[in-house]
Order: sequence, then C-alpha cells, then structure tokens
Amino acid sequence: MNPDIIELVLITIVTAATPLVIAGVGELVVERSGVLNLGVEGMMIVGAAIGFAAAFLTGSALIGALAAIASGMLMSALFGLLAIGLAANQVASGLALTILGLGTAGLAGAGFVGQKRDSVPHLYIPGLSDLPFVGKLIFGQDPFVYLGVALVAGVAWFLRRTRAGLTLRAVGENHASAHALGMRVRRIRFLAVLFGGACAGLAGGYLSLVYTPFWSPGMTAGRGWIALALVVFASWRPWRVYAGALLFGGATVLQLHAQAASIGLPGQLLSALPYLATILALVVLSARDRRGSIAPGSLGAPFVPDR
Amino acid sequence: MRIDLVARNGRSRLVEIAAPLVALIAAMAIGGLLVALLGKSPVQAFFVYFVDPLMESWSLQELAVKATPLVIIAVGLCFCFRANLWNIGAEGQFILGGAMGGWIALLTHGGAGGWWILPAMLLTGALAGLAYALIPALLRVWLGVSEILTSLMLVYIAQFFLDYMVRGPWRDPKGFNFPVTVNFADAATLPQLFDGGRMHAGVLIAIVVALVAALVFSRSLFGYEVRLVGAAPRAARFAGFDDRRLTLSVFAISGALAGLAGIVEVSGQIGQLQPSISPGYGFTAIIVAFLGRLSPIGIVVAGLVLALTYIGGESAQVAMKLPFYLTGAFQGILLMCVLAADVFTRYRLSVQFGRAA
Repeated sequence: MNPDIIELVLITIVTAATPLVIAGVGELVVERSGVLNLGVEGMMIVGAAIGFAAAFLTGSALIGALAAIASGMLMSALFGLLAIGLAANQVASGLALTILGLGTAGLAGAGFVGQKRDSVPHLYIPGLSDLPFVGKLIFGQDPFVYLGVALVAGVAWFLRRTRAGLTLRAVGENHASAHALGMRVRRIRFLAVLFGGACAGLAGGYLSLVYTPFWSPGMTAGRGWIALALVVFASWRPWRVYAGALLFGGATVLQLHAQAASIGLPGQLLSALPYLATILALVVLSARDRRGSIAPGSLGAPFVPDR
Repeated sequence: MRIDLVARNGRSRLVEIAAPLVALIAAMAIGGLLVALLGKSPVQAFFVYFVDPLMESWSLQELAVKATPLVIIAVGLCFCFRANLWNIGAEGQFILGGAMGGWIALLTHGGAGGWWILPAMLLTGALAGLAYALIPALLRVWLGVSEILTSLMLVYIAQFFLDYMVRGPWRDPKGFNFPVTVNFADAATLPQLFDGGRMHAGVLIAIVVALVAALVFSRSLFGYEVRLVGAAPRAARFAGFDDRRLTLSVFAISGALAGLAGIVEVSGQIGQLQPSISPGYGFTAIIVAFLGRLSPIGIVVAGLVLALTYIGGESAQVAMKLPFYLTGAFQGILLMCVLAADVFTRYRLSVQFGRAA
C-alpha cells in the first residue's frame, strides 16, 4: 500500500478515536471518584445538538464548543443532584439521563436538521505539517485531537501526582473511610461528575462541529456507551483509554473501508463490528483480570453520610 | 444551613403509593414548562396528552395495545432490578424475539396453517429472547463481565440482524423491493378480541403475565429469593441461596418476557416484519418498571401511563405541531422524578439552620 493512503487511514483512525477519548477520560474521572454515570450517551448527544446550534447561530466553532461543554455540565448536574444529592440508584439515574438527553437533543436540534457548516481549520505549521508520512498525522490535525491528548495527559498527572487526585481516588476506593477522614465525599463526587459532563458534552460537540460536521438526531450512535466500556477496558487508567480508543477508532474505520470496498460481507454485519468488538474486549479483559477486581472500591454504591 | 437525608423508621404504605403519583405530577409540571418554552399552551398540551385519549373507545383500545409490550417487558425487568441486576438490553431481546417468532410465520406461510402455528411463534419468540439475555448473564457469571454494557451492546447487534434479514433473505419477493416481509397469514396473527376493534389477544397475555408474576413474588420461595438477594445480598449468601443460579434465572425470565413481548407486537400489531419493530419499548419499559415500583400490579398501571404518553405524543404532533422528541424528553423527566420520589420513601430531608456541630 502506498504510504499516503496509510497516513490517511491513520488520520481517520485518530479522528474517530478522539470523541471516545474525550468522553472516556471524563467518565474515568467520575468512576475514579466512585460514581457510575451511565448517562454519557445522553450528555454527548445534547452536547452535539447544542454545540452545533450555538456554532450555527454565532458562526463561531469556539462558542459552539463552549456551549457543548456547558450543556454537558448542566445535564451532569441533574444526575449529580439525583445520584449524589439524593443518593438515588446510580444505574437508574444514568439511564434516565440518557433517555432525557436523547429527547432533549431532538427538541433542541429540531430546527437545525439538514443545516451544514464548515468544519474547523486544521493545524498547519509550515515545514513540519508538510513532512512526508508523519506531517499531517502529527502536525496537521484539528484542535480537538490535541485537546484529547492534553486531557489524557492532564488527567493522568492529576490522578497520580496531585493531592487533589489522591483525595479523589480515596473517595472512590472507600467512601466511608474518606468521610471519616473528613473528606467532603459528596462535594468531590459532584465536581467529578461535572467534569465528566463537560467532557461528554465536548465529545458530542466534536461530532457535530468537526467529525461529520452537521447535526442529525441519534448521531452519537452508541459512542457514549462505547466510551463507558472503554473505561472498564482501560482498567481505569487514562493512557489505556487512549490506546483503547485508537483500537475502537480502528474498528470503525476498518468497517467503513470494508463497506466502501464491498468485500461481500453484509453491510449490517460490518456496522455491528464496533459493538461486537466492545463485547469481545470486555470478555478478553475480564479473562485477564480474573484474580481481583481493579474497579474503584465504592464504584456505583450510593453514599449517605452518617454522623 | 445544612440539608441531610435521614433514614425513615420503617416504610409507610401511604408514602409508597403517593411517591409515584407525586413524581408523575412533578414531571407533568416540568413537561408543561417545556411546552410553554416551545411557545405552545401547556393546558392544551395536558388535555391532548393525558385526557383526550381516555375519552374515546378506539383510543382506549389503542392504549391497551400500546401498554401490552411495555407491561410484558417491564414485568420481566422487575425480576432483574429487584435482584439488583441490570438488564438494560430488553430492547434487543424484544427485537430478536419478534424476529425469530416471525420467522416461524414466514416458514409456515402459504402452508395448510393450523392451530399450532401461533403457540409455536410465541414459544420461539420467548426462547429467542431468553437465549439472547443469557449471553450477558453467562458472561457475568463466568467471567465477571458487567451485564450493563454487554446487554446494551447486544441491542445494536439485534437491530442490525433484523435489518439485514428483512432487507435480504426474508424480504417479500412480490413486495416491490420494500424492505418488509409478507403479511402474516391469519393462522400466524393473534386474534382480535372483538370484531372491528383494535385490541388483540396480546392484551390478555400481558394481564396473565402480570398476575402470575405477582403471585410468584408474593407466594413463592423463588420470589422471596429474588427480593432477598436484592435487599441483602450477604444475608442471602449466608442463607445458602446460589446467586449465580439466580442471576441466570432472572435474566432468563426477563429475556423470555421481552422476547414474548416482541412476537406479540409483531404478530398482534404489526402483522409482518420490517426493519424497525419497536419505538424503544425496551427502554421505555425501564421507566414503566420503576414507575410501577418494581411490582407487577403497579407495572400494569405504569404501563398504561407510559402508553398514554406515546398516544398523546402522536396526537400532539398532529393537533399542536409539538415535536416528536417531546415525548422522549418527558419520559426522561418522569424517570428522574420517580427516582427522586423513591428516595423519599426511604429517607426524609432534615434541614438544620446554622452549622452542625
């Protein structure tokens, strides 16, 4: 194969992975604080709808991205009030958030179906971006791709190297002990949930501002759920989320190329590949980690402080 | 000021019945606000959504028909949810049940017919749903894989499977290339309850399913086991209940019922297979299960309420030009309100002024 085509394929893999990276690393922080927010799909689709609407109305992709972040945070705040403030069941609250998000995004985006706008400009550094093979791959992507890498690096540093990160992990491992040590369990968790909402909203915004770039209902197509699976697959480690996202991005792109090349397999089977791959990845991972669960100790358990 | 949740001493029957009602009223208020934001009259929307469908015989029958799949699925889900297991892929089990049950109708199409075709379809549909639900259950029991994510991923796969079959092998050769199968023969169609009406025999199936489940919960050891494992897993283990067997059982029950709901919908309501056979019943049933407080009889009432939002939503689209997605948003709001109200059956709010010592 000609190196230009390989470079092109690698670039599409990285762009397909980027929304999964952004949403996944946000959910990772949420889960490390002991909260399971299954509403990623709902927050993502609202981010996609609001982000596109804001960018279309103002003509600014930056405002679109900020609106996507804000709408994701607002959605996650609802979840936080329910699951942390009222200690409601986290699984059910997350599902409610997804159902609410799909409906709300449909409402908010109704006036924008069929509208188009230009994607955001890609990075261009004279000289570097023109390098053969690696130029466009490393120095010529859209800003969200770099933001995704920066987010992963930032979260990895935060969790491992800062006091606040240690506190967050302590709250996630054992909320009763953390509470006894005087940590503000519910406040820390609420902040983590807000961060996860911001990331999910931004990931949705990436889809409608850069990846496709238009709005259509249901455009997230289960990416929020795949991001949730990625966190498990990554054993709750940030850089592994990136590696996993590249793998899933690869499966998506492979599927698209196979459809285009019409290799004789039914299109529906190829479309089902990313979901099959997700199940397979979860199975392989669990077979590897049989000896002990690596999930945060308090993950999914509601917390009511007793004095 | 400091707001805390304080556990209630014992449960109050009144609060338990009031909670879902309060949640419903709260959700209607928020929904009305949403309608006002869209520039329409909330009062008119309330009547179109929740009152008008109750006024005419045909729409009451339609209500029962729409509630049927929701009730059958939700009754199955309440076994899982009671045991603290999360089958959120009922939509996929519904689709596969409808597809495989419908396959029997296609195989026997143009043959001599016979009384056995319908029971065979219902059984095949239920078994297909059961088998599909056992995938996440077995993965959980054998390998500890989260049943939440696998059951959901299988929804997408079931959708692609039905889409492929209907566009390919199962397509009606005389159907002008439309992606639908032949119309089922009479022998493969659930009978109408009265001539010229809309209600089919599936409505009776839903009622029987709910009654049997209510008996199982209140009168059988298995029902007790499910409730105990959900409420006190450690105690259940000490009591010698096998939680692996229980996981498989509740998934089998909920999968079989979702599959049954699928074939009931296909055979009683749609009458053929097409690329999409569900407007998200499998997900709406999750709301039905919680609104019915995870009890089979409560689920019948809740199923009718959610069916009302579907029918009201359709007429609101026509009569008031309200967007289709309003119904989805309302359903999400309703589930959130139900979950919030549920908290207050177990806790009460204590508000203290000034800093707590």
